[in-house]
Amino acid sequence: MPLVKQGRLTTDLFVHVADGAELPGDGAILVTAERFLADPEALLRRPGKLGVIWPNNRNLDDLVPYLDRLAAVALVFPSFRDGRAYSQARLLRERHGYDGELRATGQVLRDQFVFMSRAGFDAFEVKKDADADAFAETMKRYSVFYQPTGDGRVTALHRRMQLRHSESAGQ
Amino acid sequence: MYAYDEIDRTLVNERVEEFRDQVKRRLSGELTEDEFKMLRLQNGVYLQLHAYMFRVAIPYGTLSSQQLRRLAHVARRYDRGYGHFTTRQNIQFNWIKLAELPDALADLAEVGIHAMQTSGNNTRNVTSDQWAGVAPGEIEDPRIWAEILRQYTTLHPEFSFLPRKFKFAITASGHDRAAVKIHDIGLRLHKNAEGETGFEVLVGGGLGRTPFIGKTIKPFVAGSDLLSYVEAIMRVYNQYGRRDNIYKARIKILVHELGIEKFAHEVEEEWQQMRDGALKLDEEVVEDIRARFFYPAYEKLPHMPEELRKAAADPQFEAWRKNSTFAHKVPGYAIVTISLKPIGGPPGDATAEQMDTLADLADKYSFGEIRVGHEQNLALPHVARRDLPALWKALDKAGLATPNVNLVSDIIACPGLDYCSLANARSIPIAQELTRRFANHDTANLIGRLHINISGCINACGHHHVGHIGILGVEKNGEEFYQITIGGRADENAQMGTLIGPAVPYAEVADVIEDIVEAYLALRDRPEELFVDTVKRLGVEPFRERVYATR
Repeated sequence: MPLVKQGRLTTDLFVHVADGAELPGDGAILVTAERFLADPEALLRRPGKLGVIWPNNRNLDDLVPYLDRLAAVALVFPSFRDGRAYSQARLLRERHGYDGELRATGQVLRDQFVFMSRAGFDAFEVKKDADADAFAETMKRYSVFYQPTGDGRVTALHRRMQLRHSESAGQ
Repeated sequence: MYAYDEIDRTLVNERVEEFRDQVKRRLSGELTEDEFKMLRLQNGVYLQLHAYMFRVAIPYGTLSSQQLRRLAHVARRYDRGYGHFTTRQNIQFNWIKLAELPDALADLAEVGIHAMQTSGNNTRNVTSDQWAGVAPGEIEDPRIWAEILRQYTTLHPEFSFLPRKFKFAITASGHDRAAVKIHDIGLRLHKNAEGETGFEVLVGGGLGRTPFIGKTIKPFVAGSDLLSYVEAIMRVYNQYGRRDNIYKARIKILVHELGIEKFAHEVEEEWQQMRDGALKLDEEVVEDIRARFFYPAYEKLPHMPEELRKAAADPQFEAWRKNSTFAHKVPGYAIVTISLKPIGGPPGDATAEQMDTLADLADKYSFGEIRVGHEQNLALPHVARRDLPALWKALDKAGLATPNVNLVSDIIACPGLDYCSLANARSIPIAQELTRRFANHDTANLIGRLHINISGCINACGHHHVGHIGILGVEKNGEEFYQITIGGRADENAQMGTLIGPAVPYAEVADVIEDIVEAYLALRDRPEELFVDTVKRLGVEPFRERVYATR
């Protein structure tokens, strides 16, 4: 599956390790929440980066204490219709200050990219090659955003205020 | 009127281009129908029985004459020459071709109209009082806040894939014309004991197969906190609303299952963590939105001009004036409701010619503004009383002066089995037959205010639960049957109607309704007692007896 990270197609350095499968000695791995929570300290001590795949129906409180030691959190879209992970993403970024890789996984399609990026995702396991190829183009679709999120984009309300102030300053 | 600026226009255009690309990918096969379905729904496109149906948003029911003309153009150019106004202040076109949709959207975008989020599991068009800004005694114009909510909910990055659809309504009058108690979030502007203006927030109202009246989650939320409080509600819903069963996915079920206290507690906890964040609205921002609503420069005019005095001699004019014109906050002006319920016609339909005529009349007599009400009628909100006779003549000529507003033939109905793939039974022909039965204006006047609502299936698009008389189409062994409820209402005293007995077949519905109305005329204790008040006083039993004694 193609991975888009920081806007570019890239090789996925993380290996998905199934529950019960043996851990590779080094290198970056992604494990399930269940496996992680069974013995978080052991996994965090292991050489190599660690990422956790967090289900969209599990409270983030169990993950929050470890956030600053994780290299990646992958949130899940079991179907593109299921939008729970958008809330989780915003909470991780905006409330818990998580600044590592935030990965969208599952049914990730082109028409969600802008929403996901606004919610704080910066890595995308994209379902279709054509969608991954179109990432940069798709991200340019919108130049106007009505809602403030943690992504730092200037909102319409804010931009109007800026325009208004610059107009009055120029008079 | 709210005037779009360059920022709003840019967003609408960007959305049109995105949808054009989505249609292109569907037509080329790049998108599966399952993938495309969600995308088209997010832009108001349903696949119905015969064709695609296209629902266009009319935020808080306010249209300019230019916009109405453009809707007429879409009806003519891309559809079959008419449109259907809905109970959520939108308009639907029933015969649109998928390949032409992007062009229709581009034509609408030129006048600042879009179809964003008129269907799909996201926040829908924000509705409001169709008399907003002109009703006497209003706290303030609720459309300022409806527009703030419209912007906030448009393409929301967190809430575009909710468990189910999500509807807001907002009112600022003592008499609720926006049906806020049957919405996912209902907002009532009012003043608290300290004299500050804010919102009573109701949550979890809705109709459909599990109807609920909304419950007050917070009696007072200041305007500056409106968006953060709404976001807290939606975040709780997005995370905990049920996704396992489409029929249990609305917020009303979550509120019901958790109980309003526990739900309110969850929301409060969430809100306390973000209430002072980026969503806080400072007065300057609100003022900026307020400043982009244009109000007419009203003249100082007499309440009883000569023109009106003269026209009073014409009984037909008087019948219309008494029925269809309403008090305006400015002396010398009136609000005029345009009935889209001609005798024998489908409720809420308007032809392209009628739309053009109304746009011209709005320019001439109503400062270029038109309103859409959830009762599927239109209104001209700023008519000088001296112009009423001339306006009436023009409306009458266009078939738009049926004096039946709020009367028994002013029926709310969904499209039903004639168009809709969800329906179990027809709605429109029932409505048409009833308007014929009650075509006599004097009889209808004698009956007085009586709202009949018809839905062709349990999804309740015709709001049958809250009709004074509600008619619900069901299917029994392949036949159309109708359940009849009475005593429902959608206003500030909203409640669900009560079933009066077993469902009746299609051919008997109009007879049953006539029996109910006759029973009411015999039972009311004085002519001023409305149907719904008689039902409240006596219960359904005397009506049940009357209807079923001979059946």
